[in-house]
Amino acid sequence: MKSTDYIIMVLCMGGVTYIPRMLPLMILSDRKLPDWFAEWLELIPAAILSALIVPSLFTLSSPRVFDLSKPELFAAIPTLLFALRTRSLAGTVIVGMFSYWGITAIIR
Amino acid sequence: MISAEKLRKGIEKGWPICLGYIPIGLSFGVLAQKGGLLPWQVAFMSIVVFAGGSQFIALQMMASGSSIPAVTATAFMVNLRHLLMSSALSLHLKGASKNFLVFFSYGITDESFAVNMGALGRGEIDRESALVLNQVANFTWVASTVAGVYIGEFIPSGAFGIDYALTGMFICLLVFQLRGIIFVITAAIAAACSVAAYLLIPGNTYVILSAVTAATAGLMLKRRFGWNREKR
Repeated sequence: MKSTDYIIMVLCMGGVTYIPRMLPLMILSDRKLPDWFAEWLELIPAAILSALIVPSLFTLSSPRVFDLSKPELFAAIPTLLFALRTRSLAGTVIVGMFSYWGITAIIR
Repeated sequence: MISAEKLRKGIEKGWPICLGYIPIGLSFGVLAQKGGLLPWQVAFMSIVVFAGGSQFIALQMMASGSSIPAVTATAFMVNLRHLLMSSALSLHLKGASKNFLVFFSYGITDESFAVNMGALGRGEIDRESALVLNQVANFTWVASTVAGVYIGEFIPSGAFGIDYALTGMFICLLVFQLRGIIFVITAAIAAACSVAAYLLIPGNTYVILSAVTAATAGLMLKRRFGWNREKR
């Protein structure tokens, strides 16, 4: 790919990734939202975090199939328990990393 | 000007994101270098696009000779979920100036959204610290993708389970979001829907589809049964 083509491509990508980040904030932040919409938005973080994490624990990516034997899933159990018990972000990240490290070392 | 205290708070909240970005950024740099990109081209993409998923996909698509419109359209689809995150963040950025928002929105990622949404909601940080967090994460991303071009090959993969840092962070941030029964139900619906959608629908729309479905179902249940007690 030529340098100018690359620059054009990256600028286009930058535009289309920036717009969804910027527009809702610009439009919504200086407005009074209807109650139902504000309540809906309050549920979005729990919904979106769950949707981001759970498929990576229970599925293989190519091809996409259901799977119950991933180290990511096993490591999630102590990680989740630790998060529920301590509510410590730093601790959970460390426990998650070491659980995953240990589990992948045993499996492989 | 942002005070040292606000700077410190932003960095303190942002470090797990940075830890997680380093291995992903390094591997992006390695792949980009193999794909023939120069260091400045890697830096340029990481600065302008700042979206890991789209950047990896762009590398793949460039290698297979895809057109610029095709790469652009894919990047748009992959990042459409940020519509939801930006909307939800607006709850906590009421009355911020347009200039602030123009700059702040640049730094919205899955990770900064997850941390900022919780911390702003609980009043642990203010919007300036949230902006610091965005920019620290951005700097780490740009630096590690460029570093990957030079040193990525020499770093053993998987050391200390660092590949799991972001998953661990997301799990904990999800726990923070479970502030009552309705949040637990919403997350459970999203979990089931996202796995089903991931398996049935090609591409990345599963995140946005299942999040919208779950939040809508959660809102209907909440309104129907009055499960609106929050516990902290």
